Amino acid sequence: MTKSSKGQNIELDPERVAANGLLSRRHLLSAALGGAGLAMARPVIGQEPGINLEIPAWSKAPGPGTSPYGSRSAHAQLERQSGFGNPLYPGGGASRSPLQHLQGTITPNSLHFERHHAGIPAIDPAGHKLVIHGLVRQPLVFDYEDLLKYQMVSKTYFLECSGNSGALLYGGNPDGTAQSLHGLVSCAEWTGIPLSVLLEEAGLLPDARWIAAVGADAASMGRSIPLGKAMDDSLLALFQNGEPVRPEQGYPMRLFNPGWEGNTSVKWLTQIKVTRNPLQFRDETSKYTDTLPDRTSLQFTFPMDVKSLITSPSGQMRVTQRDIYRVTGIAWSGAGSIRRVEVSADGGQTWGDALIESQQLDKALVRFSIPWRWNGAPAVLQSRATDSAGNVQPTRDAVIAAKGTINRYHNPCIQSWGVNTAGEVTNVYV
Amino acid sequence: MYTFRRMLKASTLAACSAAVLVSTAQEQVKLGQAITEVSLAEFNLIAEPSGTGFPAGSGTAQQGRTIFENRCALCHGSNGEGNSDATVLVGGNMQSAETPLRTVGSYWPYASTVFDFIRRAMPANAPKSLTDEETYQVAAYVLYLNGLVAEDEIMNAQTLPQVRMPNAEGFIDRSHIQ
Ligand code: HEC
Repeated sequence: MTKSSKGQNIELDPERVAANGLLSRRHLLSAALGGAGLAMARPVIGQEPGINLEIPAWSKAPGPGTSPYGSRSAHAQLERQSGFGNPLYPGGGASRSPLQHLQGTITPNSLHFERHHAGIPAIDPAGHKLVIHGLVRQPLVFDYEDLLKYQMVSKTYFLECSGNSGALLYGGNPDGTAQSLHGLVSCAEWTGIPLSVLLEEAGLLPDARWIAAVGADAASMGRSIPLGKAMDDSLLALFQNGEPVRPEQGYPMRLFNPGWEGNTSVKWLTQIKVTRNPLQFRDETSKYTDTLPDRTSLQFTFPMDVKSLITSPSGQMRVTQRDIYRVTGIAWSGAGSIRRVEVSADGGQTWGDALIESQQLDKALVRFSIPWRWNGAPAVLQSRATDSAGNVQPTRDAVIAAKGTINRYHNPCIQSWGVNTAGEVTNVYV
Repeated sequence: MYTFRRMLKASTLAACSAAVLVSTAQEQVKLGQAITEVSLAEFNLIAEPSGTGFPAGSGTAQQGRTIFENRCALCHGSNGEGNSDATVLVGGNMQSAETPLRTVGSYWPYASTVFDFIRRAMPANAPKSLTDEETYQVAAYVLYLNGLVAEDEIMNAQTLPQVRMPNAEGFIDRSHIQ
């Protein structure tokens, strides 16, 4: 027996944890162990005479040998999705991670989302400088080779653009996919030097309250970061998933502010000016500010909210099986770790706890799953995350009630995927 | 076994010097090279609301008109009307019934940002190709197109950051939420 959000009691069989076919998260495991799982009604190979499993061609001839740089299988050609280049916005734009085709929690470097304001600079690290100046005892300049000699830390963190999922606030987009609607989030292991170490080397003066971080791209993109964050867990990231940070992620070095809106993690970092006040760069005034219904605007909305998303099944996929379907997705929070993910198959009336399949690291993606037995009737799949600070992912209605629809940043709302009787999955609003 | 014992010995040795190792674990190399603020004059493009960081020079909108025509109008239109949401530079009203158009004139809280942004990022097809003088002139022109300064008003390190922006009071600082 479980309680629906409307308060009525719903009878469930022991395996069912919520209405419309959601099963206990233990189900997939017990089925694998030959336990109480449903028998999969598939024919036995070899029952019909003449059907034999054969040795495939690739097992009969040696393949190519080693290579200096690996590449993916010709059968697994995942791609980022980006708009066409705009000649009037040279190098500008974004590309999105193919979330619906990824598993686990780490985004491969080639598929990490991108957002550039003036393209990717071709930086020779030998000519790149990192300057720290302003309210410091001694302004300093650092070379790349020297920075490689510092002690480093490695942390797995998500990075999300604060414009991610913004389209949901406008409605529309029935054709949207997990990638096109939510693909501005990725997760990697970032290795680098705690920014505090470098700031302390320069020596902070008593009036220091903020840092201004500027990149070496053609836009010299800048953001102001409160000193508290910079001295807490901000990194000067030099490596991404073990290899030098990719050019589109800031090679040879980027700022990384864990849990904060992606734009603050300034790529191609070349200048840190320690200041008393924020600098009021264009990308913290004209952009990346959230206008409310009363027409005031929130400035410096830094942490990303608790959020989750079902990646399978998701927009433009098709559910074909009537037996157990592994509903899976990702969850994350800028306020800490993910404690719980619930899934609903009836548009948020009843919820069942999903299994967290991955480590539950601070400010990193987790992977969740829950078994679902689709009965062929229309269904609406949703997921809802709770973080270690107790924040619960809000509905779309709640986000719109709180922040209106003028705002286009920081939308953490619950995604609803509608499944019709043909099994086709679309973005729906409930 | 021999190797194992050698390893043991090595690790005992390491244990003896562990005090040194552990303490150095917190200590970092210090490889930053001292540099003077003066030597950053060309490198540092930050122009602050307080006026700090604005270069010498000055300009008026009158002087900026031709530069705007030649270097900016391709993407921003002759009158700053733009060719997309991203490139519209004028107009808008934060109190309009529909989704308000947010531009330099209707939205930006600080005039200093106009100079700072143009100097670092515009024109988008040739950033940092304007002289400081030209940047003052064209920034004055953008402010003029928005009705924020007169055509012959001189914009310099003192006057430009002082230009009153209509939506200056429209922002709520949330930087304390971290
Ligand atoms: C090749 C096209 C192009 C040219 C030429 C160009 N710009 Fe831009 N400009 C852009 C684009 C694109 C953006 C938006 C950039 C972004 O959002 O990252 C922009 C943004 C701006 C903005 C900020 C608008 C806002 O509301 O945030 C200002 C101000 C500006 N340009 C001024 C100028 C001036 C002055 C010139 C001439 C010196 C100029 N631009 C030349 C393409 C151009």
